[in-house]
Amino acid sequence: MSRQANRGTESKKMSSELFTLTYGALVTQLCKDYENDEDVNKQLDRMGYNIGVRLIEDFLARSNVGRCHDFRETADVIAKVAFKMYLGITPSITNWSPAGDEFSLILENNPLVDFVELPDNHSALIYSNLLCGVLRGALEMVQMAVEAKFVQDTLKGDGVTEIRMRFIRRIEDNLPAGEE
Amino acid sequence: MADEALFLLLHNEMVSGVYKSAEQGEVENGRCITKLENMGFRVGQGLIERFTKDTARFKDELDIMKFICKDFWTTVFKKQIDNLRTNHQGIYVLQDNKFRLLIQLSAGKQYLEHASKYLAFTCGLIRGGLSNLGIKSIVTAEVSSMPACKFQVMIQKL
Repeated sequence: MSRQANRGTESKKMSSELFTLTYGALVTQLCKDYENDEDVNKQLDRMGYNIGVRLIEDFLARSNVGRCHDFRETADVIAKVAFKMYLGITPSITNWSPAGDEFSLILENNPLVDFVELPDNHSALIYSNLLCGVLRGALEMVQMAVEAKFVQDTLKGDGVTEIRMRFIRRIEDNLPAGEE
Repeated sequence: MADEALFLLLHNEMVSGVYKSAEQGEVENGRCITKLENMGFRVGQGLIERFTKDTARFKDELDIMKFICKDFWTTVFKKQIDNLRTNHQGIYVLQDNKFRLLIQLSAGKQYLEHASKYLAFTCGLIRGGLSNLGIKSIVTAEVSSMPACKFQVMIQKL
């Protein structure tokens, strides 16, 4: 029967759709809970941070990635291993700064926004801001303080989705990061 | 699957986030449960639509419940429901002996009172899925020892 045939091929796709739909429900709830988009953006970043500090453990356990020797290597690992592993996409790395401390991740497609349209009254909402928090939290656990932010977003009419990453400093102390 | 890890972390952070912004007390706890359940409801609706778009029409109520216990549960929680019981009068009890959202919690009795926080989303998921298959229901969950969980589905006649 047709139900049987679907099980194998559809199952993997359903898993990622579960995440996408759950994320959508979360953003919807945060928009109800908070009065303005800026507060929602902050909360998404904060929640992403808490996820990132835990996700990095899962990532290091699953992948065979060793220590990165510079920020370029880190960028490669983020784009080619981590995004591939968790979201099934491989962003392009581009727009390196001359000093090599800034780069952009270009997402040709962003699975988080598969079923999403932004209404007019949420023009300041950074829908996928969880990703910035995840990146910041994960990298902090491997001793890198970074800034991550969306500078282009297809939900807002841009042609691509772009996350700008900036290296701030190497974190010297080895105390575990606390939750925000 | 790596994307499963993402969902588990997101779910835990949602629970944590809802409770962090709440005060103590019975009424507030109920409000948090409702909030999580409503989120699950919306996800369940969307998921069941995606899932059943190519399947044959269901024969009856029991056929729908079996689908939830096997295909739906396997996709979301990576295993089938261990036991489905019914009184054939609209009440179904789904027993999962190793419920995925509880296995990372301590198996002792110490955190038993917190279990309901991690079940509310799934109650909503079931209710939402059933809703979009034409069944109106009330879903409650109960844990007597971790990580086993019973979901009781009470189908409401329209």
